[in-house]
Amino acid sequence: MGQGMGAWRRRRVLAGIVGAGASLASPAILRAAPSGKPVRVGGTLSLTGFLAQTASIHKIAAEIMVEEINARDGFLGRPAEYVLLDDQSKPDVARSLYEKLITVDKVDLIMGPYATAPILAAMGVAQRYGKLIIQSSMGIPKLQTYAMAFPATPFGPEPDKTYPNVILDAMASLPAPPRSIVVLTSKFPSAQFMAQGMRAQAEKRGVKVPLYLEYESGNRDFGAIAARVKEADADFLWVGSLGLESNQILEALRKLDYKPKNSFHLYPAPGPLALSPDGNLVWSSTFLEPDEPFMSRPGMKKIAELYKERATKANLPYPIIDAQAAGMIASWQILEQGVNGAKSLEDKQIAAWLKKSVVTTVYGPTRFDGLYNHGAPAQLIRQVQDKTWKVVWPREFAAPGVKLLSA
Amino acid sequence: MPSATLLGQAMISGVLAGGMYGLLALGLSLSWGLLRLVNLSHFALAFLAAYLTYELGTTYHVPPWWAAALVVPAMFAIGMVQHWLFDRFKVNELASLLITFSFAIILEVAIQLYWTADYRRFETHYSTLSIKAGPFFIPVLELVLCMVAGVLAWGTWLWLRRTYVGKALRAAAEDADIAAAYGVDHRKLAYLLSGMGAAYAGIAGCFIALIATLAPAQIWAWLGVVFAVVIIGRLGNPLGALLAGMLIGASESLAMAVFSPAWAPVVSFSVLIAILLWDPEWL
Repeated sequence: MGQGMGAWRRRRVLAGIVGAGASLASPAILRAAPSGKPVRVGGTLSLTGFLAQTASIHKIAAEIMVEEINARDGFLGRPAEYVLLDDQSKPDVARSLYEKLITVDKVDLIMGPYATAPILAAMGVAQRYGKLIIQSSMGIPKLQTYAMAFPATPFGPEPDKTYPNVILDAMASLPAPPRSIVVLTSKFPSAQFMAQGMRAQAEKRGVKVPLYLEYESGNRDFGAIAARVKEADADFLWVGSLGLESNQILEALRKLDYKPKNSFHLYPAPGPLALSPDGNLVWSSTFLEPDEPFMSRPGMKKIAELYKERATKANLPYPIIDAQAAGMIASWQILEQGVNGAKSLEDKQIAAWLKKSVVTTVYGPTRFDGLYNHGAPAQLIRQVQDKTWKVVWPREFAAPGVKLLSA
Repeated sequence: MPSATLLGQAMISGVLAGGMYGLLALGLSLSWGLLRLVNLSHFALAFLAAYLTYELGTTYHVPPWWAAALVVPAMFAIGMVQHWLFDRFKVNELASLLITFSFAIILEVAIQLYWTADYRRFETHYSTLSIKAGPFFIPVLELVLCMVAGVLAWGTWLWLRRTYVGKALRAAAEDADIAAAYGVDHRKLAYLLSGMGAAYAGIAGCFIALIATLAPAQIWAWLGVVFAVVIIGRLGNPLGALLAGMLIGASESLAMAVFSPAWAPVVSFSVLIAILLWDPEWL
């Protein structure tokens, strides 16, 4: 039974890879350009408000993917069109806009917004109207209880249990494995969720947690927090940070003449942290980086080049593709393969096809047959080495010659 | 129980952070107290100045003090133009709240269009310098900010009390008609004060560029705490604004050190409510 299932899965994975590879590799000239009435895909992004810095990344990624899909066969031979609205980083606005997209604009399909709270708001609307929704950034998978909601980013069903153990394994591999850890986190829901998991898993594995601190998202002054971290003086600092909070925390610590021995940062602004004088050898979470083995995945090189070109043109300070952009790219890859695989624009049929199939995305072969429609987790660790992010853990995902370094 | 070193360090961080609250509150307090205009765009002007300092520093390698020499007069001019609009359309206290809110939104969108919504950070080699005093560390940049805020608050307080212009402004705020009967042209003086308020926002902006993270939505991050500071410090009182800023900053920081950092945002409004309930004579 186990062997039969394994063979069945292998066949599906191979079929998915071959199918996706063929569609990405075959020259556009051999395919007829999509024609007819566009298939309208409605969605929102936080183009303004406190999440806006991520929206420009997602917007560029989505635009590249719509062009790529249309350069192939579109959706069932029809061109794809992205109807994008601004949810202002507010879940209530996202809810109203998805309602409008479905009932007034009458879009054919929908694409999820960014961040857990707007996704939850949009998911409620999708459920009410029986629409399929694909999202790339819900950091708390257990909240995704709708059967036709699909994750594009491989957090796995329980990242609060699985990912801390990836970090703890990496910590254990250091020449002097850390015996104590300070957990400091923003109260942003997905960061807080992971921080609680980190504390629980660390204690379970005998690593002491002398200090666990939560701060408000958007905290202005890290002076007092830095003083507490310094006083705790643990072997490892785990920070559930967003954006530039990591830079601010490390700077505040430097002002107190304190440098953590090793530190991990959950969702930092990648460019500023890599380039910061405090950023050398810090760890962070990732799912891929523009390096091997990821660049060998089908279509990845071209997408990475296009992204760099567009992001530079849009004046983004970090124009390198990473997990943020890749999440949106994977969302559209899932939608394209779902529509073309189900040979239908009907949400239920696409969802049913996705549930039983293996889809190839920039994250590799992806399944949706687990808890909360998740497949296996694939959250990795990257480290700043020579001002560049390098995947370092698990070892099999590190580029040749790259390894985890101790600070 | 936190150690004495931790409490002392938290106190230093808090008082210095309070200097920024006081500096931001200065212009707002003058405008609200003496012109009866609640200028919500004050925060947007501060961030515009911060972005200009950032741009001049990162693109043209202009040191921040030279950037300030360009940005602050520009802000003064913007403040004067803004007051011309208020004067032209006879904007009252309540209407000023809505109009300046709209102005702040427009500035936020303009900043986002030019600098994008991404986080910006003006990295300088002196941003993390500290002075060691016994077991404590005093961040240099924040200390300079506090000193600048102190000089401005003290200078403005003296100017309002000792000079004819200052006394005329206070008289016009008390009763514009009576002041006018004594030859005070409060309309002209209002332009000066409006320019000064915006210039103070410009000075705060130059420090924000060096100390904080820049993102358009951050414009609103200081709103609540600075409003509390303005009210606690008493409207139109520059020294009160600075002292209230330091009180709030120190309270927030101690709450972070003793309880949890998540308690910090509650502190400013708790202090405000406590003082309003106490209703001291100086308020």
